[in-house]
Amino acid sequence: MADAEEPEKKRRKIEELTEKMAVDGGHGDSGDWDGRWNHVKKFLERPGPFTHPDFEPSIESLGFLLETCKILVIGAGGLGCELLKNLALSGFRHIHVVDMDTIDISNLNRQFLFRPNDVGRPKADVAADFVNNRIPGCKVVPHFNKIQDFDESFYRQFHIIVCGLDSIIARRWMNGMLISLLSYNDGVLDPSSIIPLIDGGTEGFKGNARVILPGMTACIDCTLALYPPQINFPMCTIASMPRLPEHCVEYVRMLQWPKDEPFGEGVGLDGDNPEHIQWVFQRAHERAADYNITGVTYRLTQGVVKRIIPAVASTNAVIAAACSTEVFKMASSAYIPLNNYLVFNDVDGLYTYTFEAERKENCSACSQVPQDLQFPPSAKLQEVLEYLTENASLQMKSPAITATLEGKNKTLYLQTVASIEERTRPNLCKTLKELGLSDGQELAVADITTPQTVLFKLKLTS
Amino acid sequence: SKRTMAVTKASKDQKYDRQLRLWGDHGQEELENAHVCLINSTASGTEILKNLVLPGIGAFTIVDGHKVSGQDVGNNFFLSNNSIGRNRAQAATELLQELNTDVSGNFVEEVCVFNYEHTCLRLGSVLWNANIPFLVCRTYGLVGYMRLVVKEHTVIESHPDNALEDLRLDQPFAELKNHIQSYDLEGMGKKNHSHTPWIIIVAKYLEKWFSEHNFQFPKNYKEKEAFKQLIRQGILKSEKGTPEDEENFEEAIKNVNTALNPTKISSGVDDIFNGEQCNDITSQTPAFWVMTRAVREFVHNDGGGNLPVRGSIPDMIADSEKFITLQNIYREKAMQDASVVSKHVESLLQSVGKVCETLFCKNAAFLRVVRCRSLVEEYSVETVNKDAITSCMDSADGEMVLYLMLRSVDRFYQQHSRYPGVYNYQVEEDISKLKLCVNSLLQEYSLNVNVKDDYIHEFCRYGASEPHTVASFLGGSAAQEAIKIITRQFVPFNNTFIYNAMSQTTATFQL
Repeated sequence: MADAEEPEKKRRKIEELTEKMAVDGGHGDSGDWDGRWNHVKKFLERPGPFTHPDFEPSIESLGFLLETCKILVIGAGGLGCELLKNLALSGFRHIHVVDMDTIDISNLNRQFLFRPNDVGRPKADVAADFVNNRIPGCKVVPHFNKIQDFDESFYRQFHIIVCGLDSIIARRWMNGMLISLLSYNDGVLDPSSIIPLIDGGTEGFKGNARVILPGMTACIDCTLALYPPQINFPMCTIASMPRLPEHCVEYVRMLQWPKDEPFGEGVGLDGDNPEHIQWVFQRAHERAADYNITGVTYRLTQGVVKRIIPAVASTNAVIAAACSTEVFKMASSAYIPLNNYLVFNDVDGLYTYTFEAERKENCSACSQVPQDLQFPPSAKLQEVLEYLTENASLQMKSPAITATLEGKNKTLYLQTVASIEERTRPNLCKTLKELGLSDGQELAVADITTPQTVLFKLKLTS
Repeated sequence: SKRTMAVTKASKDQKYDRQLRLWGDHGQEELENAHVCLINSTASGTEILKNLVLPGIGAFTIVDGHKVSGQDVGNNFFLSNNSIGRNRAQAATELLQELNTDVSGNFVEEVCVFNYEHTCLRLGSVLWNANIPFLVCRTYGLVGYMRLVVKEHTVIESHPDNALEDLRLDQPFAELKNHIQSYDLEGMGKKNHSHTPWIIIVAKYLEKWFSEHNFQFPKNYKEKEAFKQLIRQGILKSEKGTPEDEENFEEAIKNVNTALNPTKISSGVDDIFNGEQCNDITSQTPAFWVMTRAVREFVHNDGGGNLPVRGSIPDMIADSEKFITLQNIYREKAMQDASVVSKHVESLLQSVGKVCETLFCKNAAFLRVVRCRSLVEEYSVETVNKDAITSCMDSADGEMVLYLMLRSVDRFYQQHSRYPGVYNYQVEEDISKLKLCVNSLLQEYSLNVNVKDDYIHEFCRYGASEPHTVASFLGGSAAQEAIKIITRQFVPFNNTFIYNAMSQTTATFQL
């Protein structure tokens, strides 16, 4: 018995050592140290009962993450910093990051790739430098740009795009861009044209993370109703009936500043300029005193002017982590991805809710169903404009409307270029009939919320 | 110098601005006076600390006797490959310290033999007796786990989402009653009529309703609808007889349902009032209980069974003067009530500070007390929470099975001095060994539940790995719970939290 045991023990010992090397070794040629990817490899190289049906354990998978997989991170702020760290420590090396902002001191409580000396520098650049230095082999490529600076050829190169944006408009634009990349063969969606979009958002102690497969699952616009519109106080309250300290600040911002032009002609209110904020604060305080309103502080003033959303490191960490886990699952097919929306709130204990957001049948962004606009011929163009901006499912910001009339492309109204706005403004008071629009006419609408024009079919009701 | 201090304060205010808007300057002060201890600078550990260092915790100490391994560097942002072989606590302290110069970090090289159960129970007892909050966190494969162990944690500022207003329309105090009387809706001109606060409108129409309904409140859906109609009839009409656009009346109608909520003390707050600590006030009694007792005295002697008036009203359509005057009626009553509470505090024992009392009264309706069971109670056969475990296991794929698996892998460690499936060749053969551990666990606690084989396989597959993204999720979660304990704002969980990264779901159990 003893004799038989010895060779068996020996065999095991050798196996363990070889195992150890296999587990701890990894890719010798990429300059990695022993054991570097141990935590990751268990999910790439071992079969399991809960893996995605398409999952094949393989020692090549790590190579795909390290050498081939290309991820785009949008935003290098609270979520972006966390995303870059998480992706780098999960084996991703080819990462691009886009952010149009520079670093502000108020970012430092959570955007941990930045230091006081970095204030004023582009976020994307500093974030990329930090991660590339801290995580050997990682090659984050920064882009100090707006997302709108790039076109399809840029976005098409990525396997997965993950967003840590602070604006719904930007999200919708990104959403629209990926939808425009979809190709259909005989009405059937070509799966290879889908670039998954993983989107995270946070506000104070609340956050959400979602997985979007453009053309297949609910997109940003499908669930627009989940994003409540911003609170804007009524003008009459601000102008003549203030009750809250916020009303007093808005009065100074919207009415007194344009009138007094305290820092020179045409000098707009800059929320990041402490002198500007101080000016607004003092006058808002005076106004409040006139009405016996208490509570105007510098902090409140700044919060109202800049529409500040409170933020902490912890919520950003949680949401970015959830998003990064999904990126990993997508890239490795290791598990079935989140289907498809996670909500998080840790005000009272920790609360999460996971559900499947449904596609909207007639979504203006992803449904390919032509959008109808129903108006009587006597309706003014102004009403159409209001519908485009106020309708909960459209929520456009400053739509530009064009139509093909008598074979020519005619701009009916455009707000974003002053000279054209002036020229087309009279059209707002004209009726659709007066403008020469007919039933079934196609109207092309361009807006900041979408990279592609949205086509509407005009239905003239009687 | 004074100037340097002022400059430092100003730049700290700027740096921490976004979080000061959540927990205020007083919360920040608590944070900056706090000292936390992290045991084992694993990825989960350093991620937790990162989320405490960034917001400016006073100090941290890392206790860890391990040497940095190649594997450690692979999943930990605060260990670099040139620290391989060095003490892990020291290496992590350096990179965490670098995040924020306001924070003081240090380390102790001490090995905690991590037989989880054994070590946690021993440490847990020491901390329990010393009244030091203990947060156990671990990442095991795609599972995150947190256990909060704190004997009693009181919260004044719980910051509830969607709190009901305290308008007292069912029991208007004298000053409010007089103020309502001063309005004559019928005799008002249009401008005043359209800018009368909805609170006044509801109050006036309530008086009308009373006189027609034998002093009974609108009780059911039908009566509330009728009440709303009564208000609607009060909307001014134009010369042609069509109703004018009176937004304040629409507001009144919209708010009828909540406005008619009876003023009463919630059962949660009632329980707090009936707490033991509330009865025996001594010089050792914490301020929270002294104030609770004072408010209780107020409720019974001065408040007619009600808490001190909160003093805030929501914004509503009204002209400035009417709104501010009404708001001040509530505010002044709240201040009056707070000073009566103050007198009770004085007569009870000690002065706890003026600011504290006003804050307490404002939040009296939202007080919370969290008491966690000790680890001994959780692990002891006599006191294990069998009901919670068994009923949660009705959904066999919920998070409870993950808890049982974590307990089981600890048993495996006790028996084999290692975790299951660390090396590839072990995965298959450890499944049956782990299953034995699961069964012995279930048997020991007489748990008549079934743990699917799939989970046993999955936990062997994990091989005690700690993927960074899961550690990071836990890091964010745990750090915020620590901040809640330190600042005494917002409400901590009680007492076991499980995160399942496969399904992106979580659950909280009281074990």
